[in-house]
Amino acid sequence: MAKSFTQEFVKGLWDEVPPFRLVLGLCPTLAVTNSIENGIGMGLATTFVLVCSNVLVSLLRNVIPPKVRIACFIIVIATFVTVVELLMQAYTYQLFMKLGIFIPLIVVNCVVLGRSEAFAYKNKIHLSFADGLGIGVGFTLSLGVIGAVRELLGQGALLGYSVFPSSFEPFAFMVEAPGAFICLGLLLCLMNLAAQK
Amino acid sequence: MREMIKMVLVLTLLSAFSGGLLASIRDNTKLKIEDQQIKFVKGPAINTIFKGASNNPLADRFKIKDGDIERTFYVGMLNGQAGVALESYGKGYGGDVGVMAAINLEKASIIGIGVTTHAETPGLGAKAKDDPGFAAKFKGVSLKKPVKVNKDGGAINAISGATITSRAVCAAVSDIGDIYKRLESEIKKGSQKIVKGE
Repeated sequence: MAKSFTQEFVKGLWDEVPPFRLVLGLCPTLAVTNSIENGIGMGLATTFVLVCSNVLVSLLRNVIPPKVRIACFIIVIATFVTVVELLMQAYTYQLFMKLGIFIPLIVVNCVVLGRSEAFAYKNKIHLSFADGLGIGVGFTLSLGVIGAVRELLGQGALLGYSVFPSSFEPFAFMVEAPGAFICLGLLLCLMNLAAQK
Repeated sequence: MREMIKMVLVLTLLSAFSGGLLASIRDNTKLKIEDQQIKFVKGPAINTIFKGASNNPLADRFKIKDGDIERTFYVGMLNGQAGVALESYGKGYGGDVGVMAAINLEKASIIGIGVTTHAETPGLGAKAKDDPGFAAKFKGVSLKKPVKVNKDGGAINAISGATITSRAVCAAVSDIGDIYKRLESEIKKGSQKIVKGE
């Protein structure tokens, strides 16, 4: 039962990587991954909230009465989301403008609440920290990969630099939300193929 | 009973902690956020309104206390005449619509307006910001009377399909007119100070 710090961290990178394996947190996954920058920015904001809320929930797990635990989780999560929102406004305003409403919506991201409920409420602090960090990094990388595929095909660029000759006609479709769905499905398919071997 | 008290106590303490943490972070980031907003949101609107100004309207700003609110005014020099820009909000379709309007202090009329923040529908209400033609309709409009769209008996042609947004912009401009009337002498004093300081 008792797993090590490294195990808890590594599982978030492949075995339980949120958008692909748990298929949770799809709202930001589909909505903001039209470029690498947006995807990774969103992922880092979520990671911060995940780590902080996991640690605090784990710290308070013996104090929080079971009947009001969800309310307590939401207060903790909402607090850290607001912290992220204020810090992003203060230091990365342009990214904040692009991500817009999806930053406050981290509050209702199933991944964050799910980790508090399923993991942090039952486990020690250092394990919860590892779990939050692992899942967060996995989420960030996933969004980054989806963002890279969509930016490459939809805009013919990577991180804002054009990589194709000007004769390349971008798939405008990939920038739209349905493109995100298809991209997610194909990546999920590749992951399952790789896992079968 | 004990459990009940515990639940209330835990929730209360947690909320209090959350409130305290957020208040302190808000206080610490307030100035920084204001700078960022001036640079990225208000800046573009102000620079469009005061195009060709001989000074930097973003740097030449002053503040006046209006009741509980502290308002910021931006002074722009156009053809040797000082104009003062300020921001206000109107209730739009998707939330508050922020409007920056510059006032000609001699005629109490508008030099130009620009939409700063909004959450209106792209292609409809968002035209208030994206279509310079709409902002141009406000040029030279007098602030002595409330500004209204033509549907409400005013002079501004509403954007088709976005009457609510157009009304919001008019409401914000009218509010700016009210603020101007209320603080006229202080605004003139503040802008003169900046003009003389040049």
